[in-house]
This record gives sequence, C-alpha cells and structure tokens, in this order.
Amino acid sequence: MTALFAAGTFTLPNAVVAILWIGVVAYAVFGGADFGSGFWDFLAGTPEKGAAARKRIDASIGPVWEANHVWLIFVLVYLWTAFPTAFAALVTATFVPLIGAAVGIILRGAAFALRKSSGSLRQARFFGITFALSSVVTPFFFGAIAGAVASGRVPLDGQTDAWSVWLTPTSMLGGVLAVGVCAWLAGVFLAADAHRDGQPELAKSFTTRALVTGVVVGAISLVGIVILETDAPTLADGLERSGAPFVIVSGLGGLAAMWFLRQGEPGRARVPAAIAVVAIVVGWGAGQYPWILVDTIEIDEAAGARSTLWGLIIAFVFAGTVAVPPLIWMLRLSGVGSLSVGEARPDSSYAKLKALAPDDT
Amino acid sequence: MSSLALVSSLSLDISVSLPDSTPVFANENLIYARWLMAFSLGFHIVLSCFGVAFPALIYLAHRRGLKHDDHDALMLARRWAKAAAVLFAIGAVSGTLLSFEMGLLWPGLMGTFGDVIGLAFALEGIFFFLEAIFLGVYLYGWRGLPAKLHLLTLVPIAVSGVFGTFFILTVNAWMNSPAGFDIEHFQQTGEVIDIDPWAAMFNQSTLPQFLHMLPATYLVTGFLVASVYAVGILRGRDDRLHRLGLTIGFAVAAVAAPIQIVTGDLAARNVAENQPIKFAAMELIEETTTGVPFTIGGLIIDGEKVGAIEIPNGTSLLQDFDPNSTMEGLDSVPEELQPPVNVVRIAFQLMIVIGMGLLTLVVWGAFVRWRKGDLPLSNKWFLRALVVAGPASVLAMEAGWTTTEVGRQPWIARDVMLVADAVTTREGIAGLLIGLIVLYSGLASASIIVLKAMSARWRRGEDPPAPYGPMPLEIDEPEADPEPDLVDA
Ligand code: HDD
Ligand code: HEM
Ligand code: HEM
Repeated sequence: MTALFAAGTFTLPNAVVAILWIGVVAYAVFGGADFGSGFWDFLAGTPEKGAAARKRIDASIGPVWEANHVWLIFVLVYLWTAFPTAFAALVTATFVPLIGAAVGIILRGAAFALRKSSGSLRQARFFGITFALSSVVTPFFFGAIAGAVASGRVPLDGQTDAWSVWLTPTSMLGGVLAVGVCAWLAGVFLAADAHRDGQPELAKSFTTRALVTGVVVGAISLVGIVILETDAPTLADGLERSGAPFVIVSGLGGLAAMWFLRQGEPGRARVPAAIAVVAIVVGWGAGQYPWILVDTIEIDEAAGARSTLWGLIIAFVFAGTVAVPPLIWMLRLSGVGSLSVGEARPDSSYAKLKALAPDDT
Repeated sequence: MSSLALVSSLSLDISVSLPDSTPVFANENLIYARWLMAFSLGFHIVLSCFGVAFPALIYLAHRRGLKHDDHDALMLARRWAKAAAVLFAIGAVSGTLLSFEMGLLWPGLMGTFGDVIGLAFALEGIFFFLEAIFLGVYLYGWRGLPAKLHLLTLVPIAVSGVFGTFFILTVNAWMNSPAGFDIEHFQQTGEVIDIDPWAAMFNQSTLPQFLHMLPATYLVTGFLVASVYAVGILRGRDDRLHRLGLTIGFAVAAVAAPIQIVTGDLAARNVAENQPIKFAAMELIEETTTGVPFTIGGLIIDGEKVGAIEIPNGTSLLQDFDPNSTMEGLDSVPEELQPPVNVVRIAFQLMIVIGMGLLTLVVWGAFVRWRKGDLPLSNKWFLRALVVAGPASVLAMEAGWTTTEVGRQPWIARDVMLVADAVTTREGIAGLLIGLIVLYSGLASASIIVLKAMSARWRRGEDPPAPYGPMPLEIDEPEADPEPDLVDA
C-alpha cells in the first residue's frame, strides 16, 4: 500500500482527501436532507394546516439529526488535522460566513430539540420559526464558503477583505444551490417517508414540492454554468474535464428521481436523488483537483505530517468498523419505522411502563 | 515572531526581559477571544457532563424498572430521557461551536499544530458519532424496540462518553504539556518536525487530567439530579419517585466524590512536577525557595502575600515528601510570563473547599444509610445541603478549569506558543463575544423554561401541544401523581 502511495498520483494526502470528501458527501446527503426539512417546516403554513407536515418532519429527522450532524465535525477535524495551513487560511478568510453557519447550527439544533418539548403553542411556534429559518441560513453560508474556495479567493495567509471574499457570484450561486438542493432532497425523502407510513395526502404534497424545487434547482444549475465560466474559471475548466462524468451522472440521477416522483413512487426516487447529490459533490471535488484551495495551494503541498495522515487513515478504518454498522442499523430502524410513532410493541419499554400502572389511561 | 525569539531564549534558560516595543499582548482582540473561548467552554462543559454521565443514571433507573417491575424507576428513566434529549442537543451544538472556534479564534495554534493534536479530535469525533447514533435509537426506541435491547443501547452511549472525554482531554493536556514533535527545534526555528500524533495524545498531563475530569462529570450530574429532587421533596412532593431519583443521583455522586479528591491530588502532583509556574500560582510561591510552606487562604497584592496562614514546610512535605525540597517560584520567569496569580489561587482554593464540602456531605449520607438503611431524606438540612451541592459541584468544576487554563497563561501551549501568537487577526471579536453572551443566555433561559414546562406538564399529566409535537398524545402517569421539578434548583 505504501508503495502504491509512493508510486505516483495516488499519494497519501490524496487518500486522506478522499476520506475527507466522503465526509463532505455524507454531510451533503444526510445533513442536507435535515436542513431541507427545516425549509419545508417553514413553508408548512399555520399551526393547524401545517401540523401534519411538521409532525412528519419531526418524526423523520428526530432520531437521526444528531448523528447526521457529526459529519460536519468529521469534515472540520479532518481538514484541520490533515491540512492545517489550508484550514487556518480558510477559516480566517471566510470568517464571516463561518460565524453565520455556526450561529445557524446552534439555533437550529437547539430550537429543534426545544420545540418538541415546549410548554405552549406560542413557544413551539417561536422555536419552530427559529429552527426553520436557521435551517435555510446555514446551508446558504456553507455554500458561500464553498464558493469562496472554488473561485480561488482564499489566499494562503487568509488575509482578505472579510466581505468581498464571499459576496461574489460564485458564492451566491453556491449558497442558493445548497439551499435548493437541501430542499429538494428533503422533499423527496419526506415524500417517501410519508408514503411508507401510509400518509398519501402528505406524500402527495411533498411530491409536488419536490417536483417544483427540482425544476428550480435544475434551472439555477444551468445559469450556474455561465457564472462559473466567468467567476471561477479553474473550477469550470475542471468540471468540463474530469468532473464532466459526475456532472452527467448527477443530471441523470436528478431526472430519474423526478420521473419516479411523477409516477407517484417517491420511495423509489430516494436512491437516484441521493446519487444526484453524491455525484455533484464528487464532481466538484474532481473538478477542483488537485487544488485544496483553488489557485492557492495544492493537496500535496498543504498536507501535514505523514505520521498524522496515517493516523487519520487508521481512525477512518476504525470508524468504519465501529461506527458504520450501528449507523446502518439506526438508519434501518428508522427506515422501517421502529423509531417513529405508531403502536408500541408488546415487549417494549413503553408497554411495560403502561402495564405497570394499568389504571393509567 | 518576536515571541519565538523569546521562547528560544527561554529554552536556553537565559531570562530575558521583553523589549518594550513588543508587548506579549499586542493584539487587542486577544482579551475578547479568550473570554469568548472561556465562555463557550464554560457553557459546553456543563452540558457535556450530562452527555457523559446522564446515560449511566438513566441506565440505573431503567434497569431497575425492568428488573424489579418498578414503575417509578421506569418513569424516571423515561423522564430523564426526555430531559436528556434537550440537554444533549444543546451539548452537541455548543460543542460544534467550539470546533469552529478552535479555528476561527486560534488559527495560529491550529495552523501550526493541527497535525500534531488533530488526531485526538478525529478519534473523539468517532465516539460522538456512536453516542449520537445510539442516543437517537434510545430516545426514539421506547415503543419500537424490545425492552431489553432498548435498555442495552444506553451502554454504548455511556462508554462513548468516556472515550470522547478522554480524547478531548488529551488536547487540553497537550496544551499544558506539549509533546509529540521536536520542541527544541520548534523553539529555535518555528518549524514543526518529527511529528508523532500518538505521543502528543499520551502526554504527561493526559492521565491525571482524564482521571480527574471523568469522575467530575459523574459528580456534577449526580449532584445536579439529586439537587432537583431535593427541591421537589422540600416543596412537599415527597413521594417514592422523588426519593428514588434523589437516591440514584446521590449514589452516583457518592462514588465519584472520593475518586475526585484522590485524582485531584494526583493532578496537583503532576502540575507540581511538570508545570511549576502554574503550581507556584496555585500555591502562592512567589520566590524559588527551599522548604515551601503550605499556604491556606491569602492573595498576592502589590507583590505582597496577604491574609495567608502558613504551615512551615507543608507544601514541600506534601508534594515531595521532603520538608526541605526546593520549588520554583513565580519569580523564576519574567513577569510577562507569569499567570494572573490571584485568579488561579482563588479558583484552586474554591475547588478544594467545595470538594471537601461535597465529600463531607457524601460521608454524612453514606453513614446514615449504613446505620439506618436509608438516606436521611427526612432531615431538612440534609436536603438543603443537597440543593446547594448541585450548583456547588458545577462551580468547583468551573473553578478547576479556571485553574488549569488561567494557570497556563500567557501560553496557549506551555513554553511553546503564546496565546498572543495563536489568536486570529480578524477584528470584531468583542462584538462576537457580546453576541454569544446574548445567544447563550437566550438558549439557557429557553431550555430552563422548556424543562420547567415539561415537568409542570408531567405534574398535571398533560401532553405536548399537538400541532408541533411528534408523538401522538401519550399518557405518562396518573393525573394526581405529583411530579419532579426538573429545573427548580
Ligand atoms: C467537580 C468538581 C471538582 C472537585 C470537587 C475537584 N476538582 Fe480539581 N478539577 C476539576 C474538578 C474538580 C476539573 C474541572 O475537572 C479540572 C479542570 C481540568 C481537569 O482536568 O480537571 C480540575 C483540575 C484540577 C487541577 C489542575 C490540573 C492541571 O492543570 O493539570 C488540580 C491540581 C486539581 N484539580 C486538584 C484538585 C484537588 C486537590 C481537589 C480536592 C479537593 C479537587 N481538585 C477537587
Ligand atoms: C478539553 C478541552 C479544552 C480545550 C482544548 C481548551 C482550549 C482552550 C484554548 C485554545 C483557549 C484559548 C487560549 C488560552 O487562553 O490559553 C482556552 C482558554 C480558556 N479555557 Fe480552555 N479548553 C478546554 C477546556 C476548558 C473548559 C471545560 C473550561 C471551563 C470553564 C475552560 C476554560 C478556559 C478559560 C477560562 C480560558 C481563558 C484563560 C484566560 O484567558 O486567562 N477550558 N482553552
Ligand atoms: C473537557 C472538556 C469536554 C468534554 C468532557 C466534552 C464532552 C462532550 C460530550 C459528552 C459531548 C456529546 C454531546 C452531549 O451529549 O452533550 C460533546 C459534544 C461535542 N463537543 Fe465537547 N467536550 C469537551 C470539550 C470540547 C472541546 C474543547 C471541543 C472542541 C474544540 C468540543 C467539541 C465538541 C463537539 C464538536 C461536540 C458535538 C458532537 C455532536 O455533534 O454530537 N468539546 N462534548
């Protein structure tokens, strides 16, 4: 294995970047769907009208959002450990949107947890709006940060104007696309969950929303090509070369998902929708390879100590062994509805609790 | 890089006085950045104590409930789980903010040493991942999982908390006792070579700090839980549920308290050995002397020790088992490199006084239980002491951290990098500090309001407001059942 790394293009830093990118992809898919759910929560309407949709959203993301959120930590930590100088440059340059994202994350996680237990409808509404707004703001800022990197605006010393580095066409495109993709993905997932749990009305309304968002996101992506050509030429160039196959796969995945949605089979739209997101994020990575910060520093140059990179690989393998099986278990439990509402099974803790106090009705 | 020159001269043991033109705290952001970091950490640490130790308490209650068909115990587990959902969520987001802040506020540290200390964060992340996964399953598994499996999901949560604490603490320990790279080479050239991330992780402070922090999480959580139920009992809700909740909290804290003190002694010995300047601040040793007295109370005002009671040769004897041992005093480094001595001193003494007080309380409770078979739960003074014990243990923990962190000043990594060289160049940190104080105050109040509303609802046997609640209306308990007040303390 060491020989392979020594031999040439597939260097040790490249391996770590690949791992890092797995984290980015996972966060985009899982975290993205959670953020998007907040978007739909926001648009669900009055408490009475939106009750069903909001319950659906709570039940769908409640058990999983904290785990999904850890992917972000994973990405941050791998970035600063493997590429310390690039990390320091990035955070210093994109200080403002990072703070925006941090505040968004705090408000969102806290408000989501608090809403479930609030004492009154007024409180619940307040937390609900906070949750929803921060769910929209956060991916926007992440997209904007990605835009700053992709358009080559992060210098190695991080010393840029705090605003002009991200108030740019590419960053705005990144932000809007991030919000749109999250919303689309969440629409698909929520439609599928509703469909599975026998809520045809809800399934239909989320399907409609996903269809509309899908069209909008598609249109923005087309406009995006023009923006990247002028504002982020290095990335645009890469996307036309090594990134191209992924962009195509992403497009096909998106179309397939839309087709299943139209057919009224949201359950089947999930996989192609996820593929679409995975492919576009991988395509972005391929497009900007070998830069870690576009036009500033390449992956191999930015990499930290080899002993630490090996440590990160060991940590990744370790994570794969100890954390992925439970993760899959959890996603499956949640997928078959064991973690949502429904009837309590007779041997559950809840049934036991009630059996112990039979007069308790 | 003026401070680098300073560092290298230090390592050669030449005491220098700093040139006037380059004060250590050149960057005016520094003070705000430090307060920002301290405030976010001080907030996170309380919630993370619950993250680490609460699963164990819930496990005890849940297991009792299943094993002995104990309705009250099972009910406790269910309520604690609901409270935990809120506390853990806020713990997770406040921890995420910390990760951001490591980079945002201290790019000099992370940019230079990211590959030295980062691996610990990565490993920590794995355990947070496990914790979050099983937490999701436990919190939402009340109806859909077989009870035994459901109970078992608490075990990996509790175990992950222990490992997570270990790995994050290695980072802090590294800041106190840097290791895992060629320190001398760095001090001379500012270049980090010969990196060994594992050696960085297992540095000289790791074990003592971990062994001292871990029981602290149990101590704090146990006493806070006991506090809450003590308030309830004092307010007349004296039923079996309250007594059981109090007893479980107390039992956990009682196990942790003596360990806390023994490992505190271990920590102090380690500091004396490896971080002499911090120790000098903790013990008010102004000058390097032989036969250091043990000092009770006291502060340093205008360079004079005031209000202290001294036991001759005490500290030398305690630390080195030799009444005439020599210890470094604050004066062994230039003033610019001394920590703010009184802050460290007060914090350290506060921790010890509270620690001793908590131990006394534990001994009292344990003694009565040994003689009479039950805690003195009808003794109002015992209950009142317990009410105070929760917040007091939090205070002790915050004081302990203040000792550790302020005692290291002005270094972010002792003898290796100054805080001033690590801080960001971005302006406006003061604004962020104000923003965060507002945000966290709001968050803390919101959580308290919600937890209170939750417990009031339990008392009335009501359900969450329907339009937003995820669960169908559920009946938790008989109407008349008086309920624990979760946050009255
Ligand atoms: C729950 C609270 C609590 C209690 C009752 C005590 N401690 Fe503590 N102490 C902590 C909670 C704590 C802490 C917050 O957890 C610290 C901060 C850093 C660490 O690892 O543990 C700490 C740090 C800390 C340090 C500094 C370690 C370092 O900087 O490397 C020393 C020397 C002691 N403690 C010593 C003691 C002694 C002698 C105690 C005897 C009564 C004591 N502590 C009780
Ligand atoms: C393991 C975890 C921790 C890490 C990695 C860590 C890291 C840091 C860093 C990077 C700083 C800023 C630089 C400095 O002032 O030295 C700092 C300062 C500080 N931290 Fe910690 N810390 C940890 C735990 C805590 C906790 C739990 C508290 C609880 C209150 C705390 C209290 C403080 C204080 C008070 C300061 C400011 C010191 C001063 O300005 O005088 N730390 N810490
Ligand atoms: C002694 C100090 C610390 C302890 C014992 C501790 C412990 C914990 C625990 C138990 C959690 C799980 C959340 C919960 O259940 O409440 C948590 C969350 C977290 N902590 Fe800390 N922490 C400490 C300091 C820090 C520091 C210094 C950082 C970062 C620089 C940090 C970063 C995080 C992150 C990112 C999370 C979120 C993980 C998630 O998304 O679930 N922690 N911490």
